[in-house]
Amino acid sequence: MTDSKYFTTTKKGEIFELKAELNSDKKEKKKEAVKKVIASMTVGKDVSALFPDVVNCMQTDNLELKKLVYLYLMNYAKSQPDMAIMAVNTFVKDCEDPNPLIRALAVRTMGCIRVDKITEYLCEPLRKCLKDEDPYVRKTAAVCVAKLHDINAQLVEDQGFLDTLKDLISDSNPMVVANAVAALSEIAESHPNSNLLDLNPQTINKLLTALNECTEWGQIFILDCLANYTPRDDRESQSICERVTPRLSHANSAVVLSAVKVLMKFMEMLPKDLDYYGTLLKKLAPPLVTLLSAEPELQYVALRNINLIVQRRPEILKHEMKVFFVKYNDPIYVKLEKLDIMIRLASQANIAQVLAELKEYATEVDVDFVRKAVRAIGRCAIKVEQSAERCVSTLLDLIQTKVNYVVQEAIVVIKDIFRKYPNKYESVIATLCENLDSLDEPEARAAMIWIVGEYAERIDNADELLESFLEGFHDESTQVQLQLLTAIVKLFLKKPTETQELVQQVLSLATQDSDNPDLRDRGYIYWRLLSTDPVAAKEVVLAEKPLISEETDLIEPTLLEELICHIGTLASVYHKPPSAFVEGSRGVQHKRLPGSAGSGDSVDSPDTASAAGVSEAPPAVIPSQGDLLGDLLNLDLTPPTATGPPPAPSSGLQMGAMDLLGGGLDSLLGGDLGGSPALGAGFGAPPAAMPASFNAPVSGGLDDLFDLGGGVGMPMGSYSPPKTVWLPAMKAKGLEISGTFARRAGVIQMEMTLTNKAMSVMTDFAIQFNRNSFGLAPAGPLQILTPLSPNQSIEAALPLSTVGPVMKMEPLTNLQVAVKNNIDVFYFSCQYPISMLFVEDGKMERQVFLATWKDIPNDNESQFQIKDCHLNSDAASNKLQGSNVFTIAKRTVEGQDMLYQSMKLTNGIWVLAELRVQTGNPNYTVSLKCRAPEVSQCVFQSYEAMLKN
Amino acid sequence: MIHSLFLINHSGDIFLEKHWKSVISRSVCDYFFEAKEKAVEPENVPPVLQTPHHYLISIYRGKLFFLSVIQTEVPPLFVIEFLHRVADTIQDYFGECSEGVIKDNVVTVYELLEEMLDNGFPLATESNVLKEMIRPPTILRSVVNTLTGGSNVGDTLPTGQLSNVPWRRAGVKYTNNEAYFDVIEEIDAILDKSGTTVFAEIQGVIEACVRLTGMPDLTLSFMNPRLLDDVSFHPCVRFKRWEAERVLSFIPPDGNFTLMNYHVSSQNLVAIPVYVKQSISFFETGPCGRLDITIGPKQTMGKTVENMMVTIHMPKAVLSANLTATQGNYTYDIATKVLVWDIGKLNPQKLPNLRGSLSIQAGTPKPEENPSLNIDLKIQQVAISGLKVSRLDMYGEKYKPFKGVKYLTKAGKFQVRT
Repeated sequence: MTDSKYFTTTKKGEIFELKAELNSDKKEKKKEAVKKVIASMTVGKDVSALFPDVVNCMQTDNLELKKLVYLYLMNYAKSQPDMAIMAVNTFVKDCEDPNPLIRALAVRTMGCIRVDKITEYLCEPLRKCLKDEDPYVRKTAAVCVAKLHDINAQLVEDQGFLDTLKDLISDSNPMVVANAVAALSEIAESHPNSNLLDLNPQTINKLLTALNECTEWGQIFILDCLANYTPRDDRESQSICERVTPRLSHANSAVVLSAVKVLMKFMEMLPKDLDYYGTLLKKLAPPLVTLLSAEPELQYVALRNINLIVQRRPEILKHEMKVFFVKYNDPIYVKLEKLDIMIRLASQANIAQVLAELKEYATEVDVDFVRKAVRAIGRCAIKVEQSAERCVSTLLDLIQTKVNYVVQEAIVVIKDIFRKYPNKYESVIATLCENLDSLDEPEARAAMIWIVGEYAERIDNADELLESFLEGFHDESTQVQLQLLTAIVKLFLKKPTETQELVQQVLSLATQDSDNPDLRDRGYIYWRLLSTDPVAAKEVVLAEKPLISEETDLIEPTLLEELICHIGTLASVYHKPPSAFVEGSRGVQHKRLPGSAGSGDSVDSPDTASAAGVSEAPPAVIPSQGDLLGDLLNLDLTPPTATGPPPAPSSGLQMGAMDLLGGGLDSLLGGDLGGSPALGAGFGAPPAAMPASFNAPVSGGLDDLFDLGGGVGMPMGSYSPPKTVWLPAMKAKGLEISGTFARRAGVIQMEMTLTNKAMSVMTDFAIQFNRNSFGLAPAGPLQILTPLSPNQSIEAALPLSTVGPVMKMEPLTNLQVAVKNNIDVFYFSCQYPISMLFVEDGKMERQVFLATWKDIPNDNESQFQIKDCHLNSDAASNKLQGSNVFTIAKRTVEGQDMLYQSMKLTNGIWVLAELRVQTGNPNYTVSLKCRAPEVSQCVFQSYEAMLKN
Repeated sequence: MIHSLFLINHSGDIFLEKHWKSVISRSVCDYFFEAKEKAVEPENVPPVLQTPHHYLISIYRGKLFFLSVIQTEVPPLFVIEFLHRVADTIQDYFGECSEGVIKDNVVTVYELLEEMLDNGFPLATESNVLKEMIRPPTILRSVVNTLTGGSNVGDTLPTGQLSNVPWRRAGVKYTNNEAYFDVIEEIDAILDKSGTTVFAEIQGVIEACVRLTGMPDLTLSFMNPRLLDDVSFHPCVRFKRWEAERVLSFIPPDGNFTLMNYHVSSQNLVAIPVYVKQSISFFETGPCGRLDITIGPKQTMGKTVENMMVTIHMPKAVLSANLTATQGNYTYDIATKVLVWDIGKLNPQKLPNLRGSLSIQAGTPKPEENPSLNIDLKIQQVAISGLKVSRLDMYGEKYKPFKGVKYLTKAGKFQVRT
């Protein structure tokens, strides 16, 4: 006879039958019926309709029946609160029962019924039970307070139950103490700042006494509670440690780990030279090792915690490497954790062993595990310098296996090895390149591209390799696209002659054809860098990269300290502070390890030196925006963490990001966003690299500039000279062409008036340009659709592009034009004002301007006078701005206004100008600086033309 | 603390749920099912899962998942230990821990769960305390109960609940007083291709079966206690005496229990009882490979090695095995790709050998991975670490108990790499 009989049903309807049985006179039948009801309930069937019938069975002296009814009540009272009231009387009566088991059962069950009306009745019985003569009842009542608190916290406080509970910590029975501690801890979790568990030496002493005598679960509660205490001095700390140490030999792994937590925390206060300190360190290793022979689930949690312990105190387990060797039938989650710890423990002494193991793992079946093993080899190389060579050769062996995912992982880690040991292992690049085609994972592709870009000068066909990647640019993941962009820019900076086309291609792909803002932004930044100042570009893009170090995957020390205080908890499993994720804990207090006792012993023993090193020079965690900026510096490949939740970016990354900012990008960011000082401040102090003399006036001028920008906008169109006759009728069989150039809405236009001075109709007009200095070419056909009758004039506007063939003309702005009609072809030449070529984005950033101005040799500077100009400096600035001459800054020195201006030609040539305007003096002085000094004369002419119109 | 428990079978059906606080919808298990799907093998389901509002901590025992739902910060080890305790209790009560048994005893299991936790705090987890409150079903008792209308729930307070020895109930009476101790050692080892020990350790356990009247106080001493530097004890063992005198002094629980676990890790103490000569190779060309395994005794302390068994997880490409065993039988499961060679007793005069060819699926490349050999064996009457019990003394009671100690060495996770 088994319980499965309770599940059989009859045709009449289960509920109906059960109802009849529940109301039967026979005790045995009643009990069987309740059992059936419970059985249905446990499998999730709704038997709430039987509520009154089941409650009727409650008044019985049969304990089993009573318990079964209670089980039912707990489950359904919530949905039937009015009916549940019926049970209250029995509960209250049971709380007075002479049998402690029944008293305890009643108070325990009442606490589980989450109905307000019942909880009201609970208070009095609970108060009595908390002071019951029987400890079994007291310990049950203690837990009941926690239950009640969960339902109605205010009630518990009002009724003074918390104080009674606190008193129970001093109870004579260890079980009662443990339950009181457990209840208080749970209540305290929802009141982080209440001083519920007021720990003082007396209570600690009581807890320690109870610790020896209570159940294993009670020990866990007490140990976790002890861990929150901060001892007054090292002596007290030691005495607590001494009394906790025996718990390390407990069979329950949770007890062991909680004990480890207490010891790890209180150890901090012990002087390192104390004998006891060493003894304690030795005692910690065996229990941790033992945890690894438990069930896999326990192993997993233990390993996550050992990972923390090893980072804080590597000396504890440094000789225990072998227990972390992976067995092939370990569950995958255990394997991965073991691997992680193996790397943490790897040192020069055991590296040979570790490498042999890792190589073994790399041929296992499980793909995830193999990948991680390959990565681990790379991490070994980075961590233990002496092993780097062996690691690299092991990786090369693995690449030879041609197993696809092994090769890919190997390439990813070799990239990291290059970063760590530059100029040492580049001889393997050839082998890597052989495997280019087999890479199908973004990370591996990105790593390979990085290697090609970084070592472009050593790879003969780097351009071909990168070009081959470029073909499918749009299908690549962002990671690869970004890397490809950077790699090609690097290549260009290294071999500018052959790769111009390639770089233009990638820049246009990135900036024009991509929807990804990161990619676009990076593309623009490179573009601007390259077009403004290739020297600076070189310095930025090819900057020496900070070495990566093994610390990259260590947990940040303050977090580590907090996590050590939370050993054994969920926080320790996730390696996140509890505040980050535990929903129930509202505002958890951050725990800190207590400071070491005495000031003289801040120097650790040599053993702990590495740990100390970490805490003294913490690898700062990059703020999230730093991460993004680090990205710009082509360091977007993930640091070699390979595993583990939050990958802490390397300190190196941060430095790189800061450099980049310091180099002038902060002004870029600040400037673009219209002088929001808060933003600028967010990016740190102004770069120290600027000479002070430059810095001061310009930052003063910046404000002016914003005023300017605010007041002016774009009031006037660009300057356009009046039309002149380009082709007289007599030279062109009656066709006269006069025209001019204008820049309208960013488009250069050739505006012409064609007049027919002949006797016959003219048709079939077409136009063509000879090669010229700036590659001007018609962007479309000449639109003259109607035939041109004699004595008729027609206006034609021809949009021009600047992508035509280039040939340097003399003078520079000379343009040779051929016009054809049905009669003949005619040739003429004209000159366009260079201001047509000033593009809209010719506004240089302040810092860049300064740097560029400094950078252009003084020989390239030319000075001109503009006479008889009666504008004041602001009006001049306005006027010029209309033609895309941008005023970057203005300062006034001794009544002289100095305007600093920039403009950019369509072919990317920057011209920098300083315009000096003296009030009352109609003569202006323009100083022009440009890397191509030939344009200066033309620009000057344009200045004069623009200002005088 | 522990909020709810769901029992889930191999195929993903929830067949029992228990809530210790408010009811949590079983839809919370969907996150678990997702992870289970991802893990493919049930053994590989991560034991701690995070969901938006809860944590799911699970163990996998006897083809069942015990899944607990947690809402606040709780030590996960605490939960895992508890879940194993639940499985142990079910095993203890009904002889096995399986879906069928739990379904057959669903009400008792439910009562047990109710008794084991209160508001998520463990209440009674000691087997003997539980058995006093909820008696395990026996055929005899159910017959008696049906006849007399008696119940299998005790109505007196379990004596162990509050005493200083919660693991033992008062008033135990036996006509035959006996105390047996089994010293069982498992060798965990990894040997590399050449037979060199990469790693070896011994997991030892002393299982006790004590049926003694009254409140006996036992002292167990060893010939060579120095071997034991990494131990964990049943709560009944007095740690101070162990520290001071290296003897186990304790008032035993009634019945079967684990007195102590220990761990011997220094390699010179770990004898490797057998050696394995093996070669498994796959040819570059042609769809076949060769396998040749010979096993011989190494350090057996003069005892016979029994129950020898070799298990090999072959690469996926291996279709079948055509082998000859000089001793024992072999089977190759095509579905799981597991080759099992059951040898039996190891005869030092005539070493068992298994050799022959493996056929590989045509067209697949030569398998890259090297299959590991898993070795099973037993050696009776010896603890391979050399641990020996010297004497057992009893105080507190007058009678003379019958005492016995047995030794057994087994292979634990014993693997040979190829």
